[in-house]
Amino acid sequence: MKALSEFKKALIISLWFMLLTFPIMVIRVNTIEKVVEWRWRNMAFIGIGSFLLSFVWRYLLGRKEKGRKLAEAGSVEARPFSRRLLDEPRIYRPALAAVTLFAVAFPFLFSSYQTNIMTTALMYVMLGLGLNIVVGLAGLLDLGYVAFYAVGAYSYALLNHHFGLGFWAILPVGALLGVLFGILLGFPVLRLRGDYLAIVTLGFGEIIRLILENWNEFSFGPSGIANIPRPGLFGIQMSLNEATIYLYFLMIALCLFTIFVVNRLQDSRIGRAWIALREDEVACQAMGIDKTKTKLTAFALGATWAGMVGVIFAAKTTFINPASFTFLESAMILSIVVLGGMGSIIGVILGAFILILTPEYLRAFSNYRMLLFGTTMVLMMVFRPQGIVTNVRRIYKFRARGRDGEPSQA
Amino acid sequence: MDYFLELLLGGLTRGSIYALIALGYTMVYGIIELINFAHGEIYMIGAFTALIVASVLTMNGMTGISVLILASVVAVLYSAAYGFTVEKIAYKPLRQAPRLSPLISAIGMSIFLQNYVLLAQTSDYLPFPNLIPVLPFMEPYSQLMGSTELVIVLTTTVVTVILTLFIKFTKIGKAMRATAQDRSMAMLTGVNVNRVISNTFIIGSALAAIGGVLIASHVGRINFYIGFIAGIKAFTAAVLGGIGSIPGAVLGGLVLGWTESFATGYVSSDYEDVFAFCLLVLILIFRPAGLLGRSTAQKV
Amino acid sequence: MDSVLEVNGTTMDFGGLRALHAVDLQVRQGEIVALIGPNGAGKTTFFNCVTGIYDPTEGDIFISPPGGKRRRINGIKINRAAELGMARTFQNVRLFPNMTVLENVMIGRHCRAKAGVLGAIFRGWDTRREEQEIVDHSYEILVKIGLADQVDELAKNLPYGAQRRLEIARAMATEPFLLLLDEPAAGMNPRETEALEELIVQIRDEEKISILMIEHDMKIVMSISDRIFVLDYGEKIAEGTPAEIRENPVVIKAYLGEDVNA
Repeated sequence: MKALSEFKKALIISLWFMLLTFPIMVIRVNTIEKVVEWRWRNMAFIGIGSFLLSFVWRYLLGRKEKGRKLAEAGSVEARPFSRRLLDEPRIYRPALAAVTLFAVAFPFLFSSYQTNIMTTALMYVMLGLGLNIVVGLAGLLDLGYVAFYAVGAYSYALLNHHFGLGFWAILPVGALLGVLFGILLGFPVLRLRGDYLAIVTLGFGEIIRLILENWNEFSFGPSGIANIPRPGLFGIQMSLNEATIYLYFLMIALCLFTIFVVNRLQDSRIGRAWIALREDEVACQAMGIDKTKTKLTAFALGATWAGMVGVIFAAKTTFINPASFTFLESAMILSIVVLGGMGSIIGVILGAFILILTPEYLRAFSNYRMLLFGTTMVLMMVFRPQGIVTNVRRIYKFRARGRDGEPSQA
Repeated sequence: MDYFLELLLGGLTRGSIYALIALGYTMVYGIIELINFAHGEIYMIGAFTALIVASVLTMNGMTGISVLILASVVAVLYSAAYGFTVEKIAYKPLRQAPRLSPLISAIGMSIFLQNYVLLAQTSDYLPFPNLIPVLPFMEPYSQLMGSTELVIVLTTTVVTVILTLFIKFTKIGKAMRATAQDRSMAMLTGVNVNRVISNTFIIGSALAAIGGVLIASHVGRINFYIGFIAGIKAFTAAVLGGIGSIPGAVLGGLVLGWTESFATGYVSSDYEDVFAFCLLVLILIFRPAGLLGRSTAQKV
Repeated sequence: MDSVLEVNGTTMDFGGLRALHAVDLQVRQGEIVALIGPNGAGKTTFFNCVTGIYDPTEGDIFISPPGGKRRRINGIKINRAAELGMARTFQNVRLFPNMTVLENVMIGRHCRAKAGVLGAIFRGWDTRREEQEIVDHSYEILVKIGLADQVDELAKNLPYGAQRRLEIARAMATEPFLLLLDEPAAGMNPRETEALEELIVQIRDEEKISILMIEHDMKIVMSISDRIFVLDYGEKIAEGTPAEIRENPVVIKAYLGEDVNA
């Protein structure tokens, strides 16, 4: 009986979606040649797809509900996978070694086209880690993160164009400008509630893009800036291939640096304050934490990385224009954080690789890139809001009860 | 003076459309305190549906006002269905989740719908036929205001009045108001809150579809991306007027329409969208309760 | 004379609603003071005025930390109130659910430490020492409170009574001279309540922290309070020792209503 009613439900859902998607999926009009194209096949796909997916959907919802009930009943949660991984040096040490080896060998094993893609993925790792400070740790939904990225890219392009400054001189400048803009844009929005903050940051992001697009005297408008030099290395002349490999290793180094810093920040007095702020703003303040200062630090330190990646982006593509800095870019970075797991460094790294590399390597997916990002955000929120890698809290060691003399992990 | 009048009427038309879309934002926010990011996309889908239906009809030899009416009706029905479905998929499972979760889900939904239309239809601009007939008595004034514009303003007025009466006097409307005030209390007094939320999405989406058909006729072309900017602007209008308030949404829409119209007319047309964004940022920072809204004390 | 908290004629209006009307209250050094009254009497609003969440419409609030200067604190920032030595708990427990028990208490130490961004990144010798001090001190508090076995548990996984105790531990970590407890015994079973009673007295005696608490459980109020203030409809209707309050006819009428003997 139950199976039958489940079947009936799925059938209704399938019919509903066939009807719902009918005009958009089936009919396509060519208004110039006045012909209508009827794509009945799509309707069949939708019908079968939604029929099957409705089972998966309800199964997953049921599972989530069950998990919640178990937690409410007070039964102990299973240790999250990430914790088990961290507790087991025999697993993570060889894994780390293998990843390192692969990363070092990559540009020599694969073409420079592949290396370029990897470099892009690493850039998104860095962007994701930066945004993770703001969204994942401090719980401030920043939808205008791309603004800081644009600031970095344009600071390199413009300072190079006008004053001939080189990549290495601008990289720290990009980071500093990121901090500066983070504070500048962060300051007015701090009093706002979560969702209003999201919209205002979105507004700021768009304002900066529109200014870049329209203020021709300053930014060369929509046509952008070309001939931006690639990063140099003590003035050595490099072939295009060498430059690609150089940039790749540069990105690896920067990512390691980012991971190091973000990890230390997360495990510090400031990092704890961010998380506390995310968890309960009022209680956090009542414990003596200055809300404004804490939020500003999060904004500024998150923006730093975007500023730096912006400089690298300009150097990598040698051409920038405002079209690279739309809201969709912010949304992409956000979906990396959401997929990875808010506050989890490993998660964000994995998230970036999954979301950037999947459309690149599975050609079939390349057109569905943004569709993938949108779907990720919805599905993760509905089924696994903590992300693919649950953030584990640190275990502290104290003098009063030395934990079996184990050295405290940094 | 003529230029001023032209801008004034242009702003009125613009503002009316913003108001129509803003009503959807304001109603949903009033009830579940969610910025329905996908609302702009519902409006876009409404415009696309209308275009598709109207094209199929005209190619089969139908003409005149019946095309407008049929296309509008189908667009309204479809948008309502989309609104309903979006709520069931992306928001309903997140009723108990922390506030940011449904917002992120909404952003995801918005991106999904944009790309769904992009992939299933086209990324190009499609010419949108002006379905609204030319009214002969408007002929002498066509310099100032065309028939399309007049229809837009009138439709907004009529819809707002009907909506206000609906919310005030019908049972569904009363349930909506009760839910907006206190959801758990409404539930205790026997209001089916899930149905109320569904209804809100359906009504809001239907209004967005009307807006979609009208503005597409006014502008003359559509693409998959029109929902994003329109959505942000309508949201600005809703916040400007005081989110949650229906007269506020209309007032906000008009103020925004005039701001844009005069700013582009007298200052610079390059920065058309910047004015809206600046207005949004300023309002949220300095008067987050909006023009007609009331600020509420923080509950501890 | 040796009041640590002195509230004079405090009034709080919300729009047209008067939540508090000219309330006076003093807490002396080393006292346990209870604030009682029916639901909606304005007790939590009073706490919010004292801890900087609301800025009272009228009246003055003074604090004189032991060994410190007397100062007016109307409308100070919330975090400033904690820095000055007033720590509170919340009526509906407000922990940081996804942080561990120890980390919750460590947050309380935040305002007594000073490591900044650079300290966090470079993690120099003094930062490490400070971190270790935060960890050790927090752990000691948890031992005193009786949560030492659950230090690494996530706060949301604790049973309700333990969550209430953890809130007290977190507040104590800020090194307050005055602890404001908002219904600490709510939702506790009789055994937990008894332990709580001991804990509060112990905090006062051993840590020399004065206590102001809102509580509905009359047993705990009557047994440990030095003085009691009674609020009704935002006004103070009585103050005195437990014995006086128990006999006070106004209190009996207003607060206990008709069911005096029930």
